[in-house]
Order: sequence, then structure tokens, then C-alpha cells
Amino acid sequence: MKLKQLVIAAALSVGLLAPALSQAAPEQFWAIPSYRVGPYGANGQSFYGGFVDYLSYVNMKGGIDGVQNAWEECETEYNTAKGVECYERMKSKAKAFPGPIHTMSTGISYALVDKTAADHLPLAMMGYGLTSAVDGSVFPWAFPLVTTYQMQASAIVKFLKDKNAGSLAGKKIVFLYHDSAYGKEPIVALEAESRLGKFELVEIPVAHPGNEQGAQWQRIRQEKPDYVIMWGWGVMNMTALKTAQKMGFPRDKMIGSWWAGSEEDVVPAGDAAKGYMSATWNVSGKGVPLIADIEKTVYGAGKGNLSDRSKIGTILYNRGVSAAVASVEAIRTAQAKYGKGKPMDPDQVRWGLENLNITDARLKQLGATGLLPEVKTSCDNHEGSGKVKIQQWDGAKWIVLTDWIEGNKALIHPLFKAEAAKYAKEKGITPRDCSKEK
Amino acid sequence: MIYRETGQFKTSYAADQQIFPIRQDRIGMALLLLAAFVVVPLFAGNYWFNAILIPFLIFALAALGLNILTGYAGQLSLGSAAFMAVGAYAAYNFQVRVEGIPVLLSFILAGVTAAGVGILFGLPSLRIKGFYLAVATLAAQFFIVWCLTKFPYLSNNSSSGVISVPNIEMFGFVFATPQSRYLFVLTLVSLLALAAKNMVRSTTGRAWMAVRDMDVAAEVIGIPLMRTKLLAFAVSSFYCGVAGALYAFCYLGSVEPDGFSLDMSFKILFMIIVGGVGSILGSFLGAAFILLLPIFLDIALPWLAELVHLPFDSATVSHIQLMVFGALIMFFLIVEPHGLARLWQIGKEKLRLWPFPH
Repeated sequence: MKLKQLVIAAALSVGLLAPALSQAAPEQFWAIPSYRVGPYGANGQSFYGGFVDYLSYVNMKGGIDGVQNAWEECETEYNTAKGVECYERMKSKAKAFPGPIHTMSTGISYALVDKTAADHLPLAMMGYGLTSAVDGSVFPWAFPLVTTYQMQASAIVKFLKDKNAGSLAGKKIVFLYHDSAYGKEPIVALEAESRLGKFELVEIPVAHPGNEQGAQWQRIRQEKPDYVIMWGWGVMNMTALKTAQKMGFPRDKMIGSWWAGSEEDVVPAGDAAKGYMSATWNVSGKGVPLIADIEKTVYGAGKGNLSDRSKIGTILYNRGVSAAVASVEAIRTAQAKYGKGKPMDPDQVRWGLENLNITDARLKQLGATGLLPEVKTSCDNHEGSGKVKIQQWDGAKWIVLTDWIEGNKALIHPLFKAEAAKYAKEKGITPRDCSKEK
Repeated sequence: MIYRETGQFKTSYAADQQIFPIRQDRIGMALLLLAAFVVVPLFAGNYWFNAILIPFLIFALAALGLNILTGYAGQLSLGSAAFMAVGAYAAYNFQVRVEGIPVLLSFILAGVTAAGVGILFGLPSLRIKGFYLAVATLAAQFFIVWCLTKFPYLSNNSSSGVISVPNIEMFGFVFATPQSRYLFVLTLVSLLALAAKNMVRSTTGRAWMAVRDMDVAAEVIGIPLMRTKLLAFAVSSFYCGVAGALYAFCYLGSVEPDGFSLDMSFKILFMIIVGGVGSILGSFLGAAFILLLPIFLDIALPWLAELVHLPFDSATVSHIQLMVFGALIMFFLIVEPHGLARLWQIGKEKLRLWPFPH
């Protein structure tokens, strides 16, 4: 009797489960090594909130041509070792149909460049990470999409040049930087620009975390520069702004990088931040139709990722959305070639990232006009844009001052090539022949 | 009943002085090594190698290094991560700058370089002790990281200061797969652990322990303090240096100076405190506890949450993980202040009498 019941129950449950199993359509799986706690947790919350919200938004609008997104987060706390562990844990799930992996951490992305290349998984580093990966012939699986520190530095110089009637000759610019991989990367670009533009460059490092900058600003006062370009991160930014105010250096002569240009950087500095400028590759605010629509659709349905809705429309939130837009567009690009309505495997996603072409017309369709620049990648240009806007803090919000400014590609891209060639030699990689890639 | 040495007679000095005088221990160790060298590579997946086993072995080696210095010689140090950084960068520089240098040689040279730096920062130990020495070694932590950031030569003029290590190649064989790297790390760690075990049983180790227990008394019985202390610093830094080289070459593949932060030094210190100060086994147990428990909690908590229908996101899991982890450390320190190694020892003593305790 008991056995019979058991058999019936088993048969029933199999019968109930089986259709559910067969119905599960293959999904595009996004492995998200995110961070929402730890020293940079606030930044991570906004960025990954925007990223996940856009994936939900795409799902609610019918997926990527019918393919639903699935994702899993793993907390990295911005710690490289934890990031690697997260990657290893999630990679078997991502093996079949992956979305590009975003770590939003220079350290983690450096550690993953070799691992993703060996595992054949696409890695995106949007606005951080290993910049020489612009050369896709050496780095087929890594994509520093949109723009890089070097191109950004070059664009800032161009902006200043335009402000000074086309020439910076004889001017003096101080480069105040966070003494880490992040802060040091633009130095080569700025040195090249200073040779070309005949302006004097003074480099002043700030040791991590940078909550005491008296000595640095004393030096700046002695040097009397025309401008200060600042590559700051976290607490260093607000300290710099406050110290500049104390030393009487005008903030509207200070330009920060895009990691020194979010609300988190200027609001705590209060009055001292007024007039301060920064570069950015995405705009803030809810004025972009896509952002407003995400808030309406996703949060309207109660599926939003952020518990604190005031973060919607901040620079970092919009950056998360921009990162997700570019990634989803890469999968659409791949689908156009390999079959619509199908999930894409790693090679196809990689092809999509390498042949990405987000035009202004496409951005308009998405409702994301002006949110991010046009992006067009190829095998020997994994960056695809190299453009930034300059924005200014008016004490309450960021005001965009310029249209997209492109850095000096002819000057900067050979630097990437040289770095990539050095990397290839150290690692024994034979670069692909980009002319043969289709 | 099984774990009993009745009938095992020692008929020579060699038999009496061996590392594992009890036969069951020898068999157990042989089985453990067999499992580590043969069974694990056959069955473990990539996740196990890359995320669990390799970092565990590397940190165990670093903890072993610190244990020699702190546990055996009694010199508190907060600079272990810095010595790892020296090892990592030295190995990288030897590999990149000396054409055709064998990897193993560059690792050993990296260890020697770290030992040299260790001796330098060990000099204050001749005059100061305890907490004051810890602060002096803190200087090593900051100075070395600053130094590696400051001089581009040390990172082969990489524009970002991050180094990306070349492949490990030996006798024409490239250690590319996680399995081969694991075996490479395992072999090195086993050999170095064996060397450490023998060192602490020898005159050197006894001198260290004498200095640890009371340096004035040690000096009176004829132990040269300077040589003993500096030797402890050198050997300890050598171990940390090799661990650092392995960390860069076999685990992460690319490292930056900031990665070897004070946090990491603390982590290694916690490993030996939790594992057992002054115990080779303790270094391994501590490394396992500090590294693996968070990962285990990370994986187990969402699963538990689902069981009781609580909505956990990854941030909540991370918070709870930290709390549970902290609570467990306190629990262990209260229940057994001498660390996990002591627990293991007590367990063994009980087993020897079981089932007839007296």
C-alpha cells in the first residue's frame, strides 16, 4: 500500500515538474560580481542598481528579442581575491550564454583579464580597468568600452585648449592624482599632450585614501597653476575641494575625472564644490526618457533593485544603465548575425561586442539620447568612442557644459598599441591579425 | 581504540626522533598527501582549484612564515603582506629582466630578496619588543607599498604600476591549467612545510623558542640574540616572499602594490591566532578557517534563507557573513585560546585513551 502511494506521488510530481522543465526557455545569464558593502559600497549600490534595473526593464519589455535575462550577484566588497572567487563560482553557469561581465573595479578586472581570455568569457571594463585592452588583437575577450583614462585626459586637455583660444602654450597644469593604478594611468597621455601642446605639467600624487592634502595644496599654491586636473577617488575628492577652498584656489579651474564627478563626491564638500568641473561619459538626471521610463516601468511594478529611490538619476546610477545598454546592444548585434530570438554563446557575444555600432538613431530609439556617446567598436579598437562631456556642479546638480569631446586619438592610441605589444611579449601571446577578422 | 600506540616499540634514536612517532599518524599523513596529490587533481573542478585550494595553500604558506617569526621566535610582526609584495615583485622582475631564468630559481631568489628586506626591518627587534616591535614592522608595511608605487622601475615601467605576470614554464612545460598550477603550489608548500617542521625541531628552532620564552635567559645560556632574531626574520620573510610570488604567479596573475595592504597582514595574523600560535599544523588550519569559512557562509546563507523564505540579497548575505564570522572567531578564542591546532591535539590525546579514560 505504502509503496503504491509512493509510486503514485512520484509519478504525479514528475508529471507536474516535467512540463515546467521543458518550458524553461534558455536565458542569457549575467554573472554580476557586484559590491554593495565595504568602503565603496555606496558607489556600487548606484551603479549595480542601474545595471540590474535595466536588465529587469528589458525583461519586462519582452527580453532581448524574446530572450529573457537571468542574473546572479556575488558580493566582492571591491576586494580582488573575493572578486576572483566570485568569478570562479559563477563562471560555470555563465559558460553557455553569458552576458558581458562588469566588475567596476580596476583590481578585479586586471585579475580577470587573463582568466576570462582562458575561459572564453567576455569581460567589459567601462571606464576603468586595463586600458591597453583597446588593442583587440592582443585582448580578444576584454573590452574597455566607450572610453579610457588616457582618452579622457586628452579630451580634458582639448577642452581647456578650446577655452584658451586653441592653445595652452606656456600655461601650467597640475595633475593631482590618487597614487594607485587608477591615478597613474593618464600620466603617459598627459605627458604626451604637454610635449605636443607645450604646456608645463606638474604631477602631484596623493597617497590613499587622501583625507589629508595640506602639503599637496601648499605646493599647488606655490606653483600657481592655471588649472588643476584631478584624478581622485572616494574621500580624496571632497578633501581636495575643501582644501582648495581653504587655500583659495578657484574651483572652476579644477577638472576631475569621471570617478571624481558624481554626487557622492561633491555633495559632502558642500559649498566648496560649487563651480567644480568634471568629465563624464554619461549624463545624470531623469531628463533622459529611458531613465524616467525605467523608474515608471520597473519601480511601478515593484521590481526595482534600489531600496533608496533617490539614487535614481544620479551619475553612477545612469552609468550603470549605460553599461547595461551597451552590453544588451552587443547581444542584439550578435543576434542580428547569428539568429534573432536565440540566446548567444560566448563567441557570439564577443563578436557582438567587437562589432558594436550604437548610433545616435539607435540611442534615440532606446530613449537614451545623450545618455552615452555613440559607440562603434572593431577588432583593433575595443574602445569604440573615446568621448566625454564636461559638466559643472552648480551647488545642487550637474550642468552639462559641452557636447561630446573626443580625445586626440592619433596621439593616444599608439600608446595603447605599444603597451599591448609589451604585454603580448611578456605573456607570449601572438596577436590576431585584425585585417582577417570579420 | 584504533588510535593507540601499544606495541609500537622504538628501537633506534631515529625512530624516536621522527616527525610522526606514532604509526597511525604516519599512515594518516601519507593518506592525506596521497589525497592531495592524486585524488584531488583527479576529481576537483576548476572552481575548487582557482578559488579555494590554491589561495588556501598560498595563505597557509604565508601564515607558516609569520608563525615562524611570531609563534616560534616571539617577534610580533604586522608586515607579512609587505614581505609577500617584495616576493611577488622580485619574482616578476627576475622573470622579466633575466632572459631564460628558470621559474623555480626566480621564486627562490624572490624569497631571498624578501629575506634580505626582512632582516633590514628586523633590526629594530634587537632593541624593542612586543607591541613596539609590531609598530616598527608596520613601517615595513607602509614603506614597501610606497616604494613599489613610487619607483616605476620595480613594475617594469608599467604605466599603471600593476604588474601582470608571465606564464610559469619549466623544462618546456607550461603550467597553464588550474590542475598543474595546484600541483606546482602544493609541491612547493609541502616541501617548505617539511623544511619548517624540521627547522623548528632543530637547534635553530629551539633557540627561537628560548628567545620567545625569555630572551635574557636565552642569552645567558649562550644563544646569540642578534643572530637568532634576525634569522627568524630572514626565514619568515623568505616564506612570505615565496608565498607572495605564488600569489602573483599562480593565483591572481596580476597584482598591484595596494593589494598587499595592512588588511592582508592582519588576515595572516588572524590565521595564526585562530589556527594556533607556534604550530605548523595551526598555520594550515588557520588559513583554512579564515579563507574558507566566509566562502562557505556565502554559499550556505542564501540557501538557508530560501529554506525559511527570507528575501536575502547579496549585500545582506555579506553583512550576515561578517557578523557570523566575527562571532565564530570570538567563540573559538574563548573556548580555545591556543587555537584550532590545540583542539586537534586535545582530540588526539582523548582518542589515545578512548574508550577507557582515566
